[in-house]
Amino acid sequence: MEELLVAEHVSKKYGQHLALDDVSIRIPKNSIFGLLGPNGAGKTTLIRIINQITYPDHGKVLFDGEPLERKHIAQIGYLPEERGLYKNMKVGEQAIYLARLKGLSKSDAKKELEYWFDRFGIVDWWHRKVQELSKGMAQKIQFIVTVLHKPKLLIFDEPFSGFDPINANLIKDEILNLQKQGATVIFSTHRMESVEELCEYIALINKSRKILDGKLIDIKRKHKSNTFDIGLELADKDKLRADLDERFTVSDAFFRSVGDELKVRVQLHNGATANDLLEYLSKRALITHFVEVIPTANDIFIQTINED
Amino acid sequence: MEKLLLIIKREYLAKVRNKSFIVLTILSPLLIVGMIALIVFLTQINNDEKRTVVVLDESEFFTNEFITTPELSFVDFEGIGVESAKDSVAGLGYYGLLHIPGGNSIDEVAEQIRFYSKGSPSFSVLGPLEARIENKVREEKLRNLGVKPESIDDISSSYEISTSSFTGERSLKGVNEIKAAIGGGLGYLIMMFIIIYGAFVMRSVIEEKTSRIIEVIISSVKPFQLMLGKIIGTSLAGITQFIIWILSAGVLLLVVFTMMGVDPQALQAGTPVSSEAMETLEATTASAETVNLYFREFMKIPWITLFVSFILYFTLGYLIYSSIYAAIGAAVDNETDTQQFMFPVIMPLMLAIYVGFFSVFDNPHGPIAVGFSLFPLTSPIVMLMRLPAGVGPDGVPWWQLITSVLILAASFLAVVWLAARIYRVGILMYGKKASYKEIYKWLKYQ
Repeated sequence: MEELLVAEHVSKKYGQHLALDDVSIRIPKNSIFGLLGPNGAGKTTLIRIINQITYPDHGKVLFDGEPLERKHIAQIGYLPEERGLYKNMKVGEQAIYLARLKGLSKSDAKKELEYWFDRFGIVDWWHRKVQELSKGMAQKIQFIVTVLHKPKLLIFDEPFSGFDPINANLIKDEILNLQKQGATVIFSTHRMESVEELCEYIALINKSRKILDGKLIDIKRKHKSNTFDIGLELADKDKLRADLDERFTVSDAFFRSVGDELKVRVQLHNGATANDLLEYLSKRALITHFVEVIPTANDIFIQTINED
Repeated sequence: MEKLLLIIKREYLAKVRNKSFIVLTILSPLLIVGMIALIVFLTQINNDEKRTVVVLDESEFFTNEFITTPELSFVDFEGIGVESAKDSVAGLGYYGLLHIPGGNSIDEVAEQIRFYSKGSPSFSVLGPLEARIENKVREEKLRNLGVKPESIDDISSSYEISTSSFTGERSLKGVNEIKAAIGGGLGYLIMMFIIIYGAFVMRSVIEEKTSRIIEVIISSVKPFQLMLGKIIGTSLAGITQFIIWILSAGVLLLVVFTMMGVDPQALQAGTPVSSEAMETLEATTASAETVNLYFREFMKIPWITLFVSFILYFTLGYLIYSSIYAAIGAAVDNETDTQQFMFPVIMPLMLAIYVGFFSVFDNPHGPIAVGFSLFPLTSPIVMLMRLPAGVGPDGVPWWQLITSVLILAASFLAVVWLAARIYRVGILMYGKKASYKEIYKWLKYQ
């Protein structure tokens, strides 16, 4: 597996404050990589290092196998969390200016821009000033400006904030589309449902240190605890619940159903498998529901942070 | 480099297209010319108003002394009492009544002279009256001492000292003032430019911070490039504005004066200049030799050195101050927070101007002048005030000029470096109230 971006043992200090402590991440080519962590964990510092807005005190960053240099900024598109546009400038002119700062020629910038404006159906915004646009409209422009120069690496910091659900979906589809065309995406967010939907890989940063990373599926596999949500229909529910309590770790389960069955969450120990449990239960009750509990990204996030 | 040009272009256009900038550029010359036209107009009205003073002369000493002039006319009353004279003066709407009672000696009479008017009289009326009376009294006394009337004219000739430099050239009075005015004008220009356009730079930085575009930009260019582009773009816009102002104000003034029928050269004559100044003016214009001398003095001002120095001091001084302004803009979140940092910036500028007007004009090569023309934050202004006196043995020593420029250039590098460090960190700090201590910490960030 080839990486587009590798950070090795990156540390960064602001005065007395250690913003990043020996952080290493590997971002595979053409993946969507979720950079997660609570506020103030150091995500933005890492992103700024990748964008060469600031520089690490220790460690190094490789882009496509080469040490990160100034020339690479043309291949990175960055949508910061704190974002905005010049309010007094016209939309088209401003987008071309920002694209040219990324190294695009004027004619190329114009061509790309026309494509995106057409795609989003906003051609008539070209000569309007940013201050005349709504927040959601300005965010669309901001997104276009980020991807206009066809960067290899796209970095989105909370990309969906400020969008209504329809436009958030539109942007999500565009991100997936860009990935299909070969782009690698770093995705920094608190919104775990979008992580669940989009990210193949994640890294979790807490208190300036990386505490977890890898493929999301692998992480989930590692975090599942042999626990099952079960629905059981029978006459003497209390008796069965008492029996179960003796053998397993049992808690109440909450899932939707149409009946009034007994709902329990059962955790198995000592190498017991789902089959053993099914065998035990099938003799005692009618099984209406049997699902393994896979931890959500949100669960893993909260659990890992709390343990840290 | 290409990106720097892009930034300069954007900053320039953003500034030049700004509505308030356009309005200011167009309106300022109109306002200034309007003001000047108004002043000229009012002066003319004032001059046209002729005041009439009634003279009731009961003595024999002041006959033929009160002759009507363009500003003041006199009417003689005879054979009536003071009280009825006062009534008729008030009734006829004259300005006032000068009552000269009869007496044996001129001293006695002068003692008793009284001027009656409706309100307290204007100095422009009293002055000439006093001058005439004083003149007459002196003349009379001299005659009493036995001086012949022809000799009296001789005595009253005014005297002016002739000055000369040690090398034997005739020097002229007033030349120093003219030179100082040229230097002061250039220094003042630099100060105004710094204050106006430095604040523009600062506001533009704050705008980028508050609109949150800054992080998008500096993911494409280095903060230093952005800062430099901003400073250069804004100053080019400023120079454009200055040139438009000077050209349009010149043209407008010409148009207005032609319309009002004022000969620009007659302007000085039109304003109420004291008669003394008029005399010297006449005296100087009369003497071709003096004109020649003034011209030679004028040519002796080292124009090329002055011009080159002006460009150098202007550029370096403006860059130093505007990068400080940029750093201040980066350190704060909005314009109201800038107050605590503004005073230390404006202070050296003010100091330079004050030191210039109160010390350098008097003694262009004294220790204070030398000190302030070496200190980098004041040298652009103070040195320019000294330079019209020339460079070399009679003027600013070469070593001082060169040292001053070198110190300025070195400080320019140091200040821009420091400002860029503050700027780089500050633009990404939101919601943090910047203190001097905080900014000092930023300087140490990697």
